[in-house]
Amino acid sequence: MTKLLSIRLVAILVGLGFTVVALYSFVVGAYAAITEEAPGHLPYEEPRDIAYSFDGPFGKWDVQQLQRGFKVYNEVCSACHSLKYVAFRDLEQIGYDEGQVKAFAASKQVPGIDPNTGEATTRPGLPTDYFPSPYPNNVAAAAANNNAIPPDLSLMTKARHDGTNYVASLLAGYAEPSAELLEEHPEAAPGPGLHHNPYFPNLNLAMAPPLAMTGQVTYDDGTEATVQQMSEDVAAFLTWTAEPTLVKRKQTGWPVLIFLLFATVLAYLSKNQIWAAAKRKNG
Amino acid sequence: MADTAATATPETTGVADDGIRRRDFLDIAAVSAAGIGGLAVIYPLISQMAPSKDVLAASSTEVDVSAIQPGQAIKAIFRKQPLFVRRLTPAEIQAANAVSTGSLRDPQTLAERTKEGHEDMLVTMGVCTHLGCVPLGAAEGEVKGEFGGYFCPCHGSHYDTAGRIRKGPAPTNLEVPEYEFTSDTVIQVG
Amino acid sequence: MSFPWAKEYTPTNGVMKFLDEKLPLPRLVYNAVGAGYPVPRNLSYFWNFGVLAGFFLVLQIVTGVVLAMHYAANAQVAFATTEHIMRDVNWGWLMRYAHANGASFFFIVVYLHIFRGLFFSSYKAPREMIWLLGVVIFLLMMATAFMGYVLPWGQMSFWGAKVITGLFGAIPVIGEPIQIWLLGGFAPDNAALNRFFSLHFLLPFVIAGVVILHIWALHIPGSSNPTGVEVKSESDTLPFHPYYTAKDGFGLGVALILFFAMVFFLPNALGHPDNYIEANPLSTPAHIVPEWYFWPFYAILRAFTVDFLFIPAKLMGVIAMFGSILIWFFLPWLDKSPVRSGHYRPLFRKFFYVLLICMAVLFYCGGAPAEEPFVMMSQIATAYYFLHFLVILPIVSQIEKPQPLPYSITEAVLGSDEKAVLGENAKAAA
Repeated sequence: MTKLLSIRLVAILVGLGFTVVALYSFVVGAYAAITEEAPGHLPYEEPRDIAYSFDGPFGKWDVQQLQRGFKVYNEVCSACHSLKYVAFRDLEQIGYDEGQVKAFAASKQVPGIDPNTGEATTRPGLPTDYFPSPYPNNVAAAAANNNAIPPDLSLMTKARHDGTNYVASLLAGYAEPSAELLEEHPEAAPGPGLHHNPYFPNLNLAMAPPLAMTGQVTYDDGTEATVQQMSEDVAAFLTWTAEPTLVKRKQTGWPVLIFLLFATVLAYLSKNQIWAAAKRKNG
Repeated sequence: MADTAATATPETTGVADDGIRRRDFLDIAAVSAAGIGGLAVIYPLISQMAPSKDVLAASSTEVDVSAIQPGQAIKAIFRKQPLFVRRLTPAEIQAANAVSTGSLRDPQTLAERTKEGHEDMLVTMGVCTHLGCVPLGAAEGEVKGEFGGYFCPCHGSHYDTAGRIRKGPAPTNLEVPEYEFTSDTVIQVG
Repeated sequence: MSFPWAKEYTPTNGVMKFLDEKLPLPRLVYNAVGAGYPVPRNLSYFWNFGVLAGFFLVLQIVTGVVLAMHYAANAQVAFATTEHIMRDVNWGWLMRYAHANGASFFFIVVYLHIFRGLFFSSYKAPREMIWLLGVVIFLLMMATAFMGYVLPWGQMSFWGAKVITGLFGAIPVIGEPIQIWLLGGFAPDNAALNRFFSLHFLLPFVIAGVVILHIWALHIPGSSNPTGVEVKSESDTLPFHPYYTAKDGFGLGVALILFFAMVFFLPNALGHPDNYIEANPLSTPAHIVPEWYFWPFYAILRAFTVDFLFIPAKLMGVIAMFGSILIWFFLPWLDKSPVRSGHYRPLFRKFFYVLLICMAVLFYCGGAPAEEPFVMMSQIATAYYFLHFLVILPIVSQIEKPQPLPYSITEAVLGSDEKAVLGENAKAAA
């Protein structure tokens, strides 16, 4: 008994020790919080909420939109950004047929080996090849872009909070910083080679506005290619590249959940039957 | 364990008939639902081991055969296995056609093993039908065996100029994969 | 083991009889989770979480073995093979999302299981060993989960590995050599990734082994129950099967509905977007946060911001973080109240609810950036956390006057027990 008592005494002392140290940190922190002004965050904006066909539990791809977005990527973004986890063959999932995919792949040069000399060269792509990177390596990418490496876009919409809306908002969101903002946060003024964008967390990014004017891309389906439209379309396309299985996932989910609901109701009724017997027996 | 859930405990067997029936029905239904769910789970678990999309996409190969001279062969790769493409000389075609198919272990004519209009182009898998070794004879200077086609060094199977088994333990001719000429110079295998 | 009225296994046919003589596995199952295990008849749904934890362990092992068939533990390709699983492997996306969310659900049910144990003092004699093994399982789970999170080799994987192994660097003198030894290098790379994969594959089976010990230890005194009154007679118990198999089956159904709703409709809600960026040793994410199930302990780690006397703040944080779990090992000897259930302990109950609030605060602050007011909130909550387990619990259990207990489980359920004897109540409550 005395031994147990001593365990508890030790515990109380140790516990008071931790408590005192934690509270000491609290007091010091609280004093600092009162006396010093905490550095404020730059006021960036949350992405705009845009409605997409693939939103929600019943969402489906809008193939037309994905094809438009693909065109924007191919004609604009692909100049600097790779798409390395997407293969040409994957394009069959967004409504292109085998011949179109083959032709598109062949129009791109991918790294290859000269069969006669063994030297590194390029060859026309095959459907099994992946989208080639515009730069041979990161050093080249940095050198060509003022030291800012253009990130791979395959997973961009999953790699940012609220990614689809973020990409669309950012692309269409370039604007000159307002006078009030510069007055309040002089450090928010874009430096050399930087561009102001209210949706970018530190308000200034190295990428110049890539979608600058209506009609920059000519859509095959006749949709008017406004900056807003192109931004939304390419964001939709990048949502597909980030998770090609998104719609299949949601469509698989429903039968699974309905079955589980049915099985759980059965399990509940069965459980009640079994327990009713126990209650009758002793009640 | 789960399948005994429907067994009534002795205390409850005294309940009225319809009660028992309803109870049994519910228990059986609940346990069956669990069983169906369990079986459904097996499907993706088995399916995940089948070839993935990238492997399936690479299951068709194009081979340019324009550079092969009569008497020469090239080795290509089809589904991660060697593929022999051989342009036969007139003498080799003649030798192959001279054999009566009745005397063969796996009776096939050269014409059956090539495409119409391209009887000089023999496309076979480079996989011995005995135990899967790669036969010799496709590359320059390799032993071609007693019948001038291919020779498998593992267990001594001899194939003739039509890739047919003539001597040794292999049971069948070298497999001719599914292929077609997409142009006069390119074949698509698979 | 167990109670004299436990049903005995009788093989019904020749095959089972043969098996029972040569390898009595059916008998073992019958006595462990079958009709041969008498269980208190009054268990609430809080007693479902043990079985659910077992289910999620099995789910993690099955999906994990599948993922290991397609994943390559090499820093060059780890991220790409993870994407290969998501895009090209048949049902690979389902396996990976089930594994990632399965970890979260495993922790959810285990946290509920632990706090069930804390409220009903399930750690008290004669069940100390069950509790101790449970804490061991929890520690192994944390190690396994941490190493698993490194494997996709995203930004959070890399920086999580760096920060957590960096904790060992806080140990004076030997800290840095230990950190380098753990990583097999000066920063996380191939060596660390490979050993984490190896151990991440091994540890779940170690967990499964300790789970068997946990259940074995449970079957010696039998399950605890919401009144905390020990089983006195046969009328206090019901056979595990079919009563609790049915109840657990229903509970499993509910858990699976919630789980698959997450897997199919919100698979990334509990993850962090930065882990979809490949590991980059040259760029740190803006906020490094661990997975949500580590947040309370991460908050405790970060609560110590100021050097105290000769103890550096970093070392104090590390000691406190590990200490916050290690003190659970001592609970059976710190809480000496003769009454188990929080239902009959008015003072303990109040403090327990404060602890729950503090845990909620720690959860929230651990996921928030290291800024005010979150740091101050976590400092207060951390102080209470240690105060609760090490100071309040021993003192309350000494001074508290518990409410009267029911004579037996039967009485608690049915309102009367023919075996009830006046006077025994008072004795139990004293």
